[in-house]
Amino acid sequence: MSQYVLRRLLIAVPSLLGISLILFIVLALAPGDPFSELATNPNVPPEVAAALRAKFGLDDPIYIRYLRWIAAMAQGDWGFSFVSRMNVDTLILQRLPATLYVIGSSQILALLIAIPVGVYAATRPYSVFDQIANTFAFIGFSLPTFFTGLLFILIFSVTLDWLPFVYSGDIKATGFRWVIEQIRQAIMPVMVLGLFQAASMTRFVRSAMLDVIRLDYVTTARAKGLGQTKVIVKHAMRNAMIPVVTLIALQMPAVFGGAIVTEQIFRIPGIGSLLISSILSNDTPVVMAVAFVFACLVVLFNLIADILYGWLDPRISFR
Amino acid sequence: MAGSTLAFPSAERRAYSPWREAWRRYRRHRPATVSAALLLVLIVAVVIGPFVWRIPINEIDVVAGMQGPSLAHPFGTDDLGQDILARMIYGGRISLAVGLAAMMVSVFVGTLIGALAGMSRGWLGYGLMWLTDLFLSLPQLPLLLLLIYLFRDGLKAAFGPEGGIFILIVLVIGGLRWMPVARLVRAQFLSLREKEFVEAARALGASPLRQVVRHILPNAVGPVIIAGTIDVAAAIIAESTLSFLGLGFPPDTPTWGRILFDAKDFLDIGPHWALFPGGAIFIAVVSINFIGDGLRDALDARRVI
Repeated sequence: MSQYVLRRLLIAVPSLLGISLILFIVLALAPGDPFSELATNPNVPPEVAAALRAKFGLDDPIYIRYLRWIAAMAQGDWGFSFVSRMNVDTLILQRLPATLYVIGSSQILALLIAIPVGVYAATRPYSVFDQIANTFAFIGFSLPTFFTGLLFILIFSVTLDWLPFVYSGDIKATGFRWVIEQIRQAIMPVMVLGLFQAASMTRFVRSAMLDVIRLDYVTTARAKGLGQTKVIVKHAMRNAMIPVVTLIALQMPAVFGGAIVTEQIFRIPGIGSLLISSILSNDTPVVMAVAFVFACLVVLFNLIADILYGWLDPRISFR
Repeated sequence: MAGSTLAFPSAERRAYSPWREAWRRYRRHRPATVSAALLLVLIVAVVIGPFVWRIPINEIDVVAGMQGPSLAHPFGTDDLGQDILARMIYGGRISLAVGLAAMMVSVFVGTLIGALAGMSRGWLGYGLMWLTDLFLSLPQLPLLLLLIYLFRDGLKAAFGPEGGIFILIVLVIGGLRWMPVARLVRAQFLSLREKEFVEAARALGASPLRQVVRHILPNAVGPVIIAGTIDVAAAIIAESTLSFLGLGFPPDTPTWGRILFDAKDFLDIGPHWALFPGGAIFIAVVSINFIGDGLRDALDARRVI
């Protein structure tokens, strides 16, 4: 198993490098560079601009610039945000917890909905419950997150006035009230993201369960006289989860996309809203770093999925 | 699985052409049939809408601002008193056109890469599949935002504000969504290229290109159509998301996402402003997804129960 984990880790490295290369090529191909504003600024003499360009090596060949960039990224030197006047890595570290908190809770919510609903629907295919669950799942993943977010604000904040619609980074309360407020303000963003995820996950779980439940070993387990719950949970579900894990990992990029939108709607101070605000203010170092962090998170979740895969299906880790 | 449904009607049914047969199966999917009609209505509305509903999209009448639905303005007005129905008809054209065009890009690229990977027996196939997996693990929305951010000004200068953004958004959305199609096409090719009829064509001396175009591709087209349908919905969502984040089309181009972006700060006084464009996106996406589901029943024989 540990050898398998190590192998997966080694496979993750080239994909990280590949992603960083794509990001860098995109940046290099783009017209204009961070110093183009200096060139048009009349207060900066041209020789100063040229010296700055030389100092940051902007006139070097592209592969040298890529190597230098990747080396700096690896050493934790992520550059300086001209808008926020602080180092990019501290800025991102400040913003990351809020994003991970919202994404993590919404994934847990999605799993808590999708697994029971999907499994139950698969044990009774084409029943009323299954059809209702299917319809809701279809509507759920056809509703874009920005629209559900606005609908939730309209219903729960504007009309019913139950929940706050602006997420605040520092709540003016202590102790138990702080916890309550923290949960209250996260309910809507987590629901928006979680329900969107739950919709597609329910379909994955249902179809994976349907595939497994017809297999002979499940019939054997029933024939041995095991109860329905035990057959479903112990025998069928564990195998059905294998493809589900892969599909969930493939969904991760979409989850981060949804997180950017939700952070923007509810003004959560996470890295998604940081990305939007730095794009709007042309803060290139932050844009690059946040895009790279998102890429790292996707690779990380794929890695976790691979490891889970090996745990769920031990045959894989021996291959 | 096979027993009960196949038993009685097939034996005495008249033979139909494959497309007729597919249509018969499609019609059995009730939501898909309703969705196809709904989408047709939506398309007709945005295509002939401007000739029927003649209020210009940028007619400002501040006195009549923020009104709810009325006879003069069936979908109400926004803060500047512009007619939301007229703006949605105009924006719908763009949203649907972006969806279709981005789908064509992704299906074209996906089919090309999938076909190459499926036909090659060496390193090319592995390399292309590695590339596909790499693209699958790219964070799409951040990359989309990054690309728009970096290339917006250049294309705007070259093709004008609306045309430049249109080309950019279509290429970028299509260019980031070809991977599922490529995987499907490759999987189809891997099994089809070993089938007897392809072997027969090869034995008769058909060139690889002819094998692909005349023999393999027509048999792999079903899953591609299904994936392409779903891509249209995904592209519409992607375009609306960009516009909703304020990074899509320029502010004076009222795509559905852009109208939502403008409306989101007025939810308390003018909910209709957000509900109509949001509803339009939802109807377009849900009906396209249902059509995809119906097509799956119709074209993918293995899935039919």
